[in-house]
Amino acid sequence: MRIPCPFCGLRDSSEFVTIGEASMSRPPADAPEAQIFDYVYLRDNPAGVNQELWYHAQGCRSWLKVARDTRTHEIESAVLARGGAQ
Amino acid sequence: MRYSIFSLARNALGGHKGWTPTWRDAEPKQAYDILIIGGGGHGLATAYYLAKEHGLTNVAVLEKSWIGSGNVGRNTTIVRSNYMLPENIRFYEWSMKLWEGLEQDFNYNAMVSQRGVLNLYHSDGQRDAFARRGNAMRLSGVDAELLDREQVRRMLPFLNFDDARFPIQGGLLQRRGGTVRHDAVAWGYARGASDRGVDIVQNCEVKGFVVENGRVAGVETSRGKIHAKKIGIAVAGNSSRVAAMAGLRLPIESHVLQAFVSEGLKPLIPNVITFGAGHFYISQSDKGGLVFGGDLDGYKSYAQRGNLPVVQDVCEGGMAIMPMIGRLRLLRGWGGIMDMTMDGSPIIDKTPIEGLYLNAGWCYGGFKATPAAGWCFAHLIARDEPFPAASAFRLDRFARGAILDEKGQGAQPNLH
Amino acid sequence: MTNSQRLSSGGLIDRGKPLSFRFDGKTYRGFAGDTLASALLANGVKLVGRSFKYHRPRGIFTTGAEEPNALITLRSGARREPNTKATTVELYGGLEATSQNCWPSLDFDLQAVNQLFAPLFVGGFYYKTFMWPAAFWEKVYEPLIRRAAGLGAASGLPDPDRYEHATAYCDVLIIGAGPAGLSAALAAGRAGARVILCEEDFRLGGRLLADHYQIDGETGTQWAEQAEAELTALPEVRIFRRTSVFGVYDGGVYGALERVADHLPQPPVHQPRQRVWQIVARRAITAMGALERPIVFGGNDRPGVMLASALRAYVNRFAVAPGRVALFTTTDDGWKTAEDLIRAEIPIEIVIDPRANVAEWLMKPIARAGTRILLDAVVTDTKGGRSLQAIEVLKSGSKLTFDVDTLAVSGGFNPQIGLSTHLGGRPRWSDEIGAFVPGELPSGMAVAGAAAGQYKLAECLAKGAACGAVAATDLGFSASAQPAPRVADEAIEVKPLWHVAQSRHKAFVDLQNDVTSKDVEIAHREGFRAVEHLKRYTTLGMATDQGKTSNINGHALMADLVGRAVAEVGTTRTRPPHVPIAIGALAGPHVGAHFKPTRYPAGHEWALANGASMVDAGQWHRPRWFTKPGEKDWLESVTREAKTVRAAVGVCDVSTLGKIDIQGRDAGIFLDRVYVNMFSSLAVGKARYGLMLREDGFVLDDGTTARLASDHYVMSTTTGNAAKVMQHLEFCHQVHWPELDVAMVSVTEQWTQYAVAGPKARVLLQNLLGDALDLSNEAFPYMACVEFTWANVPMRLFRLSFSGELAYEIAVPADYGEALLRELMRAGASLGVAPYGTEALGVLRIEKGHVSVGELNGQTTAADLGLGRMLSTKKDFIGRVLARRPALTDPERPTLAGFKPVDSAQRLRSGAHFVPLGITPSVENGEGYMTSVAFSPHVGSWIGLGLIKRGPARIGERVRAYDPVRGGDVEVEICSPVFVDPEGARLHV
Repeated sequence: MRIPCPFCGLRDSSEFVTIGEASMSRPPADAPEAQIFDYVYLRDNPAGVNQELWYHAQGCRSWLKVARDTRTHEIESAVLARGGAQ
Repeated sequence: MRYSIFSLARNALGGHKGWTPTWRDAEPKQAYDILIIGGGGHGLATAYYLAKEHGLTNVAVLEKSWIGSGNVGRNTTIVRSNYMLPENIRFYEWSMKLWEGLEQDFNYNAMVSQRGVLNLYHSDGQRDAFARRGNAMRLSGVDAELLDREQVRRMLPFLNFDDARFPIQGGLLQRRGGTVRHDAVAWGYARGASDRGVDIVQNCEVKGFVVENGRVAGVETSRGKIHAKKIGIAVAGNSSRVAAMAGLRLPIESHVLQAFVSEGLKPLIPNVITFGAGHFYISQSDKGGLVFGGDLDGYKSYAQRGNLPVVQDVCEGGMAIMPMIGRLRLLRGWGGIMDMTMDGSPIIDKTPIEGLYLNAGWCYGGFKATPAAGWCFAHLIARDEPFPAASAFRLDRFARGAILDEKGQGAQPNLH
Repeated sequence: MTNSQRLSSGGLIDRGKPLSFRFDGKTYRGFAGDTLASALLANGVKLVGRSFKYHRPRGIFTTGAEEPNALITLRSGARREPNTKATTVELYGGLEATSQNCWPSLDFDLQAVNQLFAPLFVGGFYYKTFMWPAAFWEKVYEPLIRRAAGLGAASGLPDPDRYEHATAYCDVLIIGAGPAGLSAALAAGRAGARVILCEEDFRLGGRLLADHYQIDGETGTQWAEQAEAELTALPEVRIFRRTSVFGVYDGGVYGALERVADHLPQPPVHQPRQRVWQIVARRAITAMGALERPIVFGGNDRPGVMLASALRAYVNRFAVAPGRVALFTTTDDGWKTAEDLIRAEIPIEIVIDPRANVAEWLMKPIARAGTRILLDAVVTDTKGGRSLQAIEVLKSGSKLTFDVDTLAVSGGFNPQIGLSTHLGGRPRWSDEIGAFVPGELPSGMAVAGAAAGQYKLAECLAKGAACGAVAATDLGFSASAQPAPRVADEAIEVKPLWHVAQSRHKAFVDLQNDVTSKDVEIAHREGFRAVEHLKRYTTLGMATDQGKTSNINGHALMADLVGRAVAEVGTTRTRPPHVPIAIGALAGPHVGAHFKPTRYPAGHEWALANGASMVDAGQWHRPRWFTKPGEKDWLESVTREAKTVRAAVGVCDVSTLGKIDIQGRDAGIFLDRVYVNMFSSLAVGKARYGLMLREDGFVLDDGTTARLASDHYVMSTTTGNAAKVMQHLEFCHQVHWPELDVAMVSVTEQWTQYAVAGPKARVLLQNLLGDALDLSNEAFPYMACVEFTWANVPMRLFRLSFSGELAYEIAVPADYGEALLRELMRAGASLGVAPYGTEALGVLRIEKGHVSVGELNGQTTAADLGLGRMLSTKKDFIGRVLARRPALTDPERPTLAGFKPVDSAQRLRSGAHFVPLGITPSVENGEGYMTSVAFSPHVGSWIGLGLIKRGPARIGERVRAYDPVRGGDVEVEICSPVFVDPEGARLHV
């Protein structure tokens, strides 16, 4: 799998680590606990294109938001993950 | 037909014309008391125990493909109960007990082979963590032995003791652990359930749930609507997809785990061995193939296949502890979809929808759990209360904070 | 021995280079250009192996990696390679091979007795028996089965050879250098594309080398040679010989194995045995040809029975002369074998074709040579002992017997579709050719030639060239049209015949796994009708040939039984690797001591020279203790080091702790959000202990962070969590709070840092630094920090203490690390300074009750560690909300406490569980466990830290530290976790 890092170009996925889905942004400090629970623990986990967070650990150290299909591993896009899910 | 050397001999004389289907390939009826979604190991075991232990036989198992096509047929066949947390030890030990009597119970030789599971350690810190785990097992009445380097060397002289980046210092051994012929588990349960009246319906994909007044009433399938009062989901890597049809979001991500088998060889590796300083575990099948695996690829996937870097990483781990395998050839690899939970431990529980039950989140430990998962899920569905060995596997434990995190990795599924 | 079965001329062998080799102890001779299989056949060796289950005699069946029968063990000693296909071994001088899976010998194999029990040993028999008595499985049945199963034996010795990994990039990857592949490479290469052409054979040409073709008036071999010459001259074309592409992966990544030295007795110095390539290709063309498939009839496994295309290759390319030959073909292609044999003046007794009509022009030359032709006839059975002696033929209801020693079989062709399905694409059934062809292809892949079901040479050449041109044009190169080479037309009709129903004897579907047509019937009868069930129940297609000659026949037999078309029944999914690959090659070069990188702090050499024993801390090597002359064990050294720190001064390398430089206007705010406690309020020139949680409320890491300037902090992490914390900080900044003006970088390797600890630490540093700094307690108090320059070297000094003594940490750029260490030791010589290692560091911190890896295990909360009061209530921080969940704040949670053995002579061990005294230990009464232990010179006994229910409230209480896996059971007293200087007075002197 090759990931199009906005800084480094197409790079092998073994240079990256992923922590999974970018389906939700971190709720604000005053959000109800249930919302923070959802953010930390619940996942859509769809079979299809979804947004994921990848870290170019052995590259530019950017956190990327990658649109990837979980059925085919095909990558539609990768952008800087600034601001989470927005 | 009861299987034995006598039935085999009798059929041999008849040119093997007398065998009958191992399970009935049933047409779905319009309604059942209980539906189990998923004809894998867990689903079939659940149906078997519903029939055998609870006398509930108006049951159907719905499988979207052929039975055993999921993780029960694509794993590294290891069974063990060498966990650290008491809740996990209790459950997996119950599974070990069921494995130990399984073949006589369902009259099918699944080749349960208690050849021992040895986890190697390579540092004082790992030794102490294994001691903590071994002691927890012993407190729970489970066998565990902490071996030092010389004991391991006597047992497995072919390991890399002389040239290792992380020298082997010893290992945690569970002698009762071992391997089981994976496909046969599905077939044995299918046969046992079918003989007792359960309908096993293949090529029947669930497309949606029928929910009436907050209560489940049936499913829409590729072969029509089927009514049922109680429905159990046992679909492993597809848990999130099926639960989503009922409007549920789960603390689960689906990840790919690859495993591999070598060409057949004369007996070489007697036990199950896991490497403590890299991602690698290995055993040898009765047929002679070395069966091995390592870490998750790390990304979410429903594709049942992985990529080359992890293949290389696993082989590298293998060479690090047993450089004798260098010239042996990897014959086949495969990928399973792992339902990784946020704490690495499973879920057997009711859902917020009445009559809908969930068996999920097995991470990469689902195969060894098969008998107990089936037993406990059947108990929950039949009696609406958890079987004690699985009473900690609740869906609300995440909200309560009562998580079961063996590795201490936190809410990140691909680290468990 | 002579080459009794070698034609006197012809073939692509080099008769000027004879090579001697041994098989089962006997010496034979072959030639350069032979494979082991061709050389054995040329020497009249027909019996090569024994089958898996029934130990039936087996010979050579094919010419390639699809070989199911001719498995031998190649080489000896540590280089032993079991299960090697003789058809894939390039002959070299001195080659040594032995037969396998037979005892006492290949000719006389006692295990062939299994054939007597064959009526019992049908598919899946083992699932039905061996269950009684239960205890017999592991003790009796399984060991017997295991000994009988398996194929060859491994050496059991470490592999002495090396392997490499390499990466290559190209525009067009072409897999297979037969007519289609060569044409594709020429088209793409001439257009200027970067081309990689992979061929698993040692010679380019594919079937051009094995068949008689005329292309533009030249032989196929000549055409291939010219193509090779042109490709070699093209600067952007690389040719990888002896290279098998084994897998297709995501993103245009292909795995390939190059056999660098397998054709040599052993790898040349500095050369690997094999190399695994990761080829990143923008386009790929698979041109891997098609494999002939056998016909399932009685005794179709006897040595002497082989594929018609294989026999043709042995005759044409390797100049092997078979004896009395019969041909059983249901394809037009099979007739070419008869034609070529006649051309080579090898008599062919009979051709049997089940078809009633065969083109006249195909038959005419055969009949003219005096060969008998039987149409509408089948071979039902074979006869023979260790090799074929006769065949039985059924024609119009009558049975005929022919004495032959070679039977060529052609049942149709299966395009090599494996690679096209690796990413999940399903193959498509073609009625036209009676085979599966590639369906939906991986992105960027095209298929050309026989691999796409294009069987005519003209098509292979044209389609190959077209695919090559399209790939190049797609990528922006301009390909000019070339005239198509002139070749004769061919007949390619196939009428599939899966199974000769009239056979009386065992008819093999999967030759290697001994799966017969009867086994398929039993599987059907027992409900294993899905192709995947059939495979798993009978082991069809699971042998080392990966079902290349057996799968489709088996699936077609099942289709017949269920009364459906092969297309409906489908076929099993193929997965990488396309051919078996050595595990060592996949592992690559990072084995043994090079399995992972080793990281050395700057003071490593000095430490080694001064008696250090090393310990692995992650990838780092750290001094564990320093042995002084006369010290008899580690405990003596560690105790001395710890005492030196408490009484005088010690120096410890703490460079391996993670160091993260954090700068920016909002650095303080950022730290407030990632730590549970405040850092924005920290004064410049001060350091503070910080604790980080994960978002789920459990402890992530701890360490001190110092403020060097208003917009500049330097954070320390634990050694093991350095990378994890860095990733976490980047995540928090980039994903959560990109608006903050802050940037961070890991400087762990840029700075070397030493702890200087003990009551004489200040004196030591003053000796070293002179007037450069005022180190008085007033000017530089506990938790102070400063940047300064000394001897023109930038330095940082922190007044931190892990030991509880007056202590500093001094940091310099890593290039000066070793020099600083030497200077520290010189400056402390008169004070009795000693270097100390990780063990003494552990003793000192346990005595002081500081938590470390044993306690920071990812399962503990701040409150568990006695640090609950650090959680700020004035701000938000990572983990704040979920740390309040009921189970995390349960007062019954095990909490940090100290432990001492009641009998001070007894040793404590980490991992022991705490249980109450006087009752039988069980999981119900477990109360926690020991996390860290040390022998404390200060206390005079072993001490420990541990987590125990309500720990702080139970000081003075006694419990058992129960450690059954090490035979330990020690009565311990719960005490404060701080064993030394609980008031902290020593820190402030």
